[in-house]
Amino acid sequence: MAEPKRITAPLSDDDIMKLKIGDSVLITGKILTGRDAAHKRLFELAQKGEALPVDIKGQIIYYVGPAPAKQGYIIGPAGPTTSGRMDPYTPKMLELGLKGMIGKGVRSKEVRDAMKKHKAVYLAATGGAAALIAKNIKAVKIVAYEDLGPEAIRELEVEDFPVIVANDAHGGDLYEEGQKKYRKE
Amino acid sequence: MREVDYNQVVETVSRLCMEANYFLGGDVVKAFNDALKKEESETAKNILNQLLQNAEISRTEKIPICQDCGFAVVFLELGEDVHVKGNIIKAINEGVSKGYTEGFLRKSIVSDPVKGKNTGDNTPAIVHTMIVPGDTVKITVAPKGGGSENMSEVKMMKPADGIEGVKNFVIDRVQRSSSNPCPPTVIGVGIGGTFEYVAFLAKKALLRDIGQRHPDPFYADVERELLQRINNLGIGPMGLGGRTTSLDVFIEVHPRHIASFPVAVNTNCHAARHKTAVI
Ligand code: SF4
Repeated sequence: MAEPKRITAPLSDDDIMKLKIGDSVLITGKILTGRDAAHKRLFELAQKGEALPVDIKGQIIYYVGPAPAKQGYIIGPAGPTTSGRMDPYTPKMLELGLKGMIGKGVRSKEVRDAMKKHKAVYLAATGGAAALIAKNIKAVKIVAYEDLGPEAIRELEVEDFPVIVANDAHGGDLYEEGQKKYRKE
Repeated sequence: MREVDYNQVVETVSRLCMEANYFLGGDVVKAFNDALKKEESETAKNILNQLLQNAEISRTEKIPICQDCGFAVVFLELGEDVHVKGNIIKAINEGVSKGYTEGFLRKSIVSDPVKGKNTGDNTPAIVHTMIVPGDTVKITVAPKGGGSENMSEVKMMKPADGIEGVKNFVIDRVQRSSSNPCPPTVIGVGIGGTFEYVAFLAKKALLRDIGQRHPDPFYADVERELLQRINNLGIGPMGLGGRTTSLDVFIEVHPRHIASFPVAVNTNCHAARHKTAVI
């Protein structure tokens, strides 16, 4: 198996441009979390032109709603949720400078186009590998919308967090290309 | 008549909820290993390896395989010669509440589909009751994740569509599901019965162990053919391309009305969870 690439979050523009679909990547650094409810709030603020409670410029957002943590753990199992539900809000987030997203499943055409335009990447985490992924999360801090409970925006400190580049900043789409490659008529 | 204590049902269901979420079946783990040998895609191999590691972490540390700990679907086979002291459905729900709370499992149930809030303890369970001969109570807990459940469908086909129609419907359903149900998936297919019963058949089909073929050789062949055709779609683990789209296909059939031909597909993810106990 090809050696995974190691990258540091937040991402540098240089790193983003180097990532290609199919790359296996290990992320170390700080990423944000957010899913349906948090996206809705951020989107509504952005539409009104108001400031967001967190700066998403240059950041990676991980779409996750963890299970509760048992004693001795900082976070419960934390696998990705379906990214498609965030699609309606995503072009706006990218416009505001978001550079990376981690989730599972295909993105809409609007999101893919916006990623290419704003030079961002979409990274697939393995759905259902929640116990494994949680091992790579070293610290958790709530940074906004505490009232949303499990859906609050958190900052995660991650180490060697495993993802695969599904959509790169050059317009590549692994869902499409990978499936085509292994299709047998 | 044999008597079973209310609390015994509560404790059993609670334990099964936790075990189903922590301990992935040996049949599924074996299926990952078998798939790994056949996979051609590096990405797919990477994902299958992650799933194997994940199952191992869950098993040894007793933490859920997936953060979506599912809707608690319970299959209850109640012997006709056994009496449970108290209301058994209430006991099952108490068990679910206890298991999800004490087991640190995520609670994902909303009290009313339109106006509701999270019920806080993952109740109520969905309970399918069957009265069977004997004096035992057999309980299977099969937690069902939302991502894969959403990729399921019932279709009222025409009798003239026949088995070829069924096959095409199943393939089309899997194709449209693509990456959404966390492939590699397990596909349950119901054929026959009525509109509501066919969905139950498809769900029940998911309780089989990977590799266990239908006893009727005709349907066993259809299962094999469907699995091969699905894996030729190229969707692969997590939809990123590969040879492993489904781990198995299970068919359950039932007599039908002369005018109807109901078919259902219930999609399960690789977190194919079910645990059984007999009291
Ligand atoms: S589809 Fe299954 S494996 Fe994927 S997130 Fe849902 S429960 Fe987990």
